[in-house]
Amino acid sequence: MSAAVLQRAGVARRFSRHRLALFGGATVVLLCLSAFVAPAIAPRDPLLLDTSVRFLAPFARWPFILGTDELGRDTLSRLLYGGRISLTVGLVAMATTIVTGSLIGLCAGYFGGWTDTLLMRFIDTMLCFPQVFLLLVVAAFVPPTLISISLIIGLTSWMTVARIVRTEILHLREQDFVQAARALGASSGRIMFHELLPNIAAPLLVAATLNVAAAVLMESYISYLGYGMQPPLASWGNMLTNAQDYFDTVPWLAILPGVMITLTVMGFNFLGDGLRDALDPRLRMEP
Amino acid sequence: MLTYIGRRILQAIPLLIGVSIIGFGLMHLAPGGPLAVYTLNPTITNQDIERIRVVFGLDQPVYIQYLKWAAGMFTGNWGFTFFGGRPVLDLIVERMPATFLLMGSALSLAIVLGVTVGLLGAVRRYSVFDYLASTGAMVALSFPTFWFGLMAIYFFAVHLRWLPSGGMFELGEKGSPLDLLRHLVLPVMVLSLVITAGWSRYARSSFLEVMHQDYMRTAKAKGLRAGQRLLRHAAPNAAKPLIALLGVELPVLFSGALVTETIFGWPGMGRLFVDALNMREYPILMGIVMVTAFFVIAGNLLADIAIALIDPRVRLA
Repeated sequence: MSAAVLQRAGVARRFSRHRLALFGGATVVLLCLSAFVAPAIAPRDPLLLDTSVRFLAPFARWPFILGTDELGRDTLSRLLYGGRISLTVGLVAMATTIVTGSLIGLCAGYFGGWTDTLLMRFIDTMLCFPQVFLLLVVAAFVPPTLISISLIIGLTSWMTVARIVRTEILHLREQDFVQAARALGASSGRIMFHELLPNIAAPLLVAATLNVAAAVLMESYISYLGYGMQPPLASWGNMLTNAQDYFDTVPWLAILPGVMITLTVMGFNFLGDGLRDALDPRLRMEP
Repeated sequence: MLTYIGRRILQAIPLLIGVSIIGFGLMHLAPGGPLAVYTLNPTITNQDIERIRVVFGLDQPVYIQYLKWAAGMFTGNWGFTFFGGRPVLDLIVERMPATFLLMGSALSLAIVLGVTVGLLGAVRRYSVFDYLASTGAMVALSFPTFWFGLMAIYFFAVHLRWLPSGGMFELGEKGSPLDLLRHLVLPVMVLSLVITAGWSRYARSSFLEVMHQDYMRTAKAKGLRAGQRLLRHAAPNAAKPLIALLGVELPVLFSGALVTETIFGWPGMGRLFVDALNMREYPILMGIVMVTAFFVIAGNLLADIAIALIDPRVRLA
């Protein structure tokens, strides 16, 4: 058996021993699946108003399994469709974060010198702004769409990824295989994307997973504050904003979307943590 | 030590400049620029707007505008609110004590709880307590702050009626410390949950790192008691990454305070920020963004100095 296969078997074994990570992985798979097939399994149109069935409690009447809201819309259907929005924003924002962070980290680490100094100063500067404040200011300027929200979240959270990538590259670029590539006449672009980038796939995968969790959380924050997806479209965050007004009489309307957000974020966090432990035991419990 | 502090302060200056450039850029990114509010007013003609542009100096090159704006920031001239024409700086300074009271209380609580839990977890590694604490911290880190806040309001204020659901004082009770404390309990609980979870994780790993060092074994070998070993040898070394974390986590704390203040109607900067956002009061928004960034820079500076005080290697490097 080759060393690579042995190593991969070790990763799989370490991951499967991590019970919380398995739980996280299962949660993530279930949530993604339910978001994907939402149109097929949602009992009703999530936007369909029906004032004859307002504020139904969960399990009170068929087919409203999780009850209805103040306008008689089916809560289960809204949760399913809200999940599509949350997960899409989470994934697109994560992609933005990873691409931006890797590019900047790669450039800083590979070129070094002034490029590195300037980019690192830029990262330090961006990190001085509390993310929610920066997000909200930009969200107030830009009309909220699925893409704009994802981009804003991604473009305000790439800094830690850039730092991770830079540290890894600084370490890698001194190694023999990079020297060999250079001696063979490979261009900087080729060395960066074909030699260096594949070698940092593991930390990037971990960062990506944890970033989905952070992005879903951020989306719910700005939706809750009214700058995310706009009603009547359902997102878990804006469902909570609505539910707030009927809090003392129908608490389940606020409990359900919150449970969904927590489950999603927790799933990705556990998964990311497990992946980190499995892929690189040296990295355990680091930020 | 003084040279070290001087060097750190000098290093903070480019950060300040960077922050101000991004802040200024954001201000100009706003639709309609800084004059947005006038363009919305139907009684103001295009000529008026041209005149206001000249009065505000917006017809000048960008770098001159930036320098003027930056000079204004330094001299305390932060502009006026669109509605009511109040000086922005006054408005923000008015709200600072509430925010810092909330953040300070939450952070102190989080540090005490988090470090205790992390230390116990490190001492009794892989015990049931350690396992529960680590898992609990992960779950807490996944809670949306605002949802936890809503649940806390529902349970403690609406259901049990033990505590007020929001605000800082009851009517007519302004200045009563007991009343303030009652209003502080829920927001502090909500804000500190996530920070406590983070701190317990970091404290656990930094204590674990320290405990297996050679000097700890030496201390044990020369017969020091456990308490002495912990206080004199482990604690200062484990404290270094935690103090650094204090500076790094400040933006997270500000973000959390914004959300907490919004849920509980706490009259601090975060609440002001959200109100200003709804009114499109760009001068207030920019002012608060700059204030938070400034405090983050100052916080990191203080953290670095504190680390240098503990560890001579840092300041002599």
